[in-house]
Amino acid sequence: MTAWLQRLGRRGIGFFERLGRGHLFLLRVLAALPAALARPRLLVAQLHAVGVRTLLIIGVSGLFVGMVLGLQGYNTLVDFGAEESLGVVVALSLVRELGPVVSALLFAGRAGSALTAEIGLMKATEQLSGMEMMAVDPLERVVAPRFVAGLVAMPLLAAIFSVVGVYGGWFVGVGLLGVDDGAFWSQMQAQVDLHDDVYNGVVKSLVFGFVASWIALFEGYDAVPTSEGVGRATTRTVVHTALAVLGLDFVLTALMFE
Amino acid sequence: MVQTRTVEIAVGAFVAAGLGALFVLAMKVSSIGALDVADGYELVARFDNVGGLKVRAPVTVGGVKVGRVVAIDYDMDRYEAVVHMRIDRRYDRFPADTSASILTAGLLGEQYVGLEPGGEERYLGDGDEIRLTQSALVLEKIIGQFLYSKAAGGGAK
Amino acid sequence: MSEPAPSAQTRRDEVLVRIRGLRFRRGERVIFDGVDMDIRRGQVTAVMGPSGTGKTTLLRLIGGQLRPEAGTVEVDGQDVHRLGRRALYALRRRMGMLFQSGALLTDLDVFENVAFPLREHTRLPERMIRDLVLMKLEAVGLRGARRLMPAELSGGMARRVALARAIALDPMMVMYDEPFTGQDPISMGVLLQLIRLLNDALGLTSIVVSHDVQETAAIADYIYVIAGGRVVEHGPPEALARSPSPWVQQFMQGLPDGPVPFHYPAPDYAADLLEGVP
Repeated sequence: MTAWLQRLGRRGIGFFERLGRGHLFLLRVLAALPAALARPRLLVAQLHAVGVRTLLIIGVSGLFVGMVLGLQGYNTLVDFGAEESLGVVVALSLVRELGPVVSALLFAGRAGSALTAEIGLMKATEQLSGMEMMAVDPLERVVAPRFVAGLVAMPLLAAIFSVVGVYGGWFVGVGLLGVDDGAFWSQMQAQVDLHDDVYNGVVKSLVFGFVASWIALFEGYDAVPTSEGVGRATTRTVVHTALAVLGLDFVLTALMFE
Repeated sequence: MVQTRTVEIAVGAFVAAGLGALFVLAMKVSSIGALDVADGYELVARFDNVGGLKVRAPVTVGGVKVGRVVAIDYDMDRYEAVVHMRIDRRYDRFPADTSASILTAGLLGEQYVGLEPGGEERYLGDGDEIRLTQSALVLEKIIGQFLYSKAAGGGAK
Repeated sequence: MSEPAPSAQTRRDEVLVRIRGLRFRRGERVIFDGVDMDIRRGQVTAVMGPSGTGKTTLLRLIGGQLRPEAGTVEVDGQDVHRLGRRALYALRRRMGMLFQSGALLTDLDVFENVAFPLREHTRLPERMIRDLVLMKLEAVGLRGARRLMPAELSGGMARRVALARAIALDPMMVMYDEPFTGQDPISMGVLLQLIRLLNDALGLTSIVVSHDVQETAAIADYIYVIAGGRVVEHGPPEALARSPSPWVQQFMQGLPDGPVPFHYPAPDYAADLLEGVP
């Protein structure tokens, strides 16, 4: 019994210690931001790694999610004779929820895990130490540009996801199932609000981008510098980001759409 | 250097696509252009009961959207709900005896404010109050009244 | 940003790195327990000792990446662990360090790796950077390999590239962390010669951490032997070879048994075997 309590206690202490390290890390990254922003070339390279390489999976997933929404939404709405509202259903689901959330989850799987592995391996192969000894701060040179790139890329990816999804739903609803084209768009435009829906969706994806980049970079920077340690850190990135994004989504939704 | 060029082009395309998507969300999905009542004039109407009316609900005339509800208050002196509406500048000649009622879109749809123009020569201006109003129909009350009248009618027979 | 001018006294000082009473602990384990060292300008100083005695830790302490529990490390008259971040970074620009693995940046090719410190710390025009990088690469004999990626290099070549990078900013000293581990005899010979040649040609001060005794002794001017957290013996290579200490003799000649026993401490062999009998 005492052994069990002790193990629990040790785990708890370890958890809070890591939490503290994570926040200190964040503060140091934020402090390094001005220096990183002064060098847009580094940012462009990271936007490529984080954004462009995630684009394909975002586009394809967005299309399929939109098509499924079109199909499911139609089947439900047609029972009430309200299939004209399909555009509203598809657009609201995507803009408010699925766009920011699913693209954040995909971002964690594609870009987040890659960031963790990259930073972890740089640590394991002494590249970060090497930089420090060359009087180059790895937080400024390596971490901060990646953080900014994640923050910038996330809302753009979510917006692309939503738009591709709306057209996917349109393709299924209007193209295949015969919903009226005019009704699809006009109902959507009447119901989707720029501030309440679009703007709040963008805010959500900004928050998710912040959290996903933070977790990914911290896990890499804090990884045990061995191949096994980096592997574990990569898994943790995906799991923790998924949990954080879903949990935060609930909180943000509660705050935004009372 | 060729490699940096392709990277830069790809990033440029990505950012352009992302901003384009945001633009589509704003213009096509939510239609910011359809009704911009930022520069409009305000009308006020008092109701006994606003039912489920919400801020940002549409204001229509003859089925055409002309504005939005911007605020709902309660007047503690007169015990009435006060609804503030912002109406598009283009529709600036509603007669002074225009009436406002709170209607429901469909059987279970959202509630909105419907205006019914009157016949006076004077027009409503910014900040004016609509005198003739009809409160929201509250389903429970209607059913209650219906049952009551039925019962009363039955008793008289 | 101007560096504080070294006083006349430190300028004439023979000793570049002065370590006094250094104590360092990693968790429960004591790594250094009162180490004193003087590393002289212009010399190749070797720090040797058995594996796991914290030789790499020593270099990190000198570079200011780790903080000692007690004691001081002075480099060129400045107490490394009292410096602010800016001053520490300014000092590090004058130190080169060669990591065991080379620590090349894997996403940059050889040329860009050597150019990295120049691009980070100077605003030189591209032509000049090119000339400087090619000069450094020529010095390590890898001018022809400038477009290879680190993954395409052999271990010895990677270390030579790292060496070219370490001297890119013309530092006053270079620290070598186990430069010979896992090298075939030829690349080991190349590295040995490079360390000595660069030290003398560029007027560097070199610290070589190693446990390859014979090879290191061949190029070192002065040797420190550390074990058990202390300096066990120090002196020029010839003096060390005649050391009266049996431990140093065992270490220098690589004998399997001696003061450092072949056997890990264990109870009596016969008794241990019999214990398994019910």
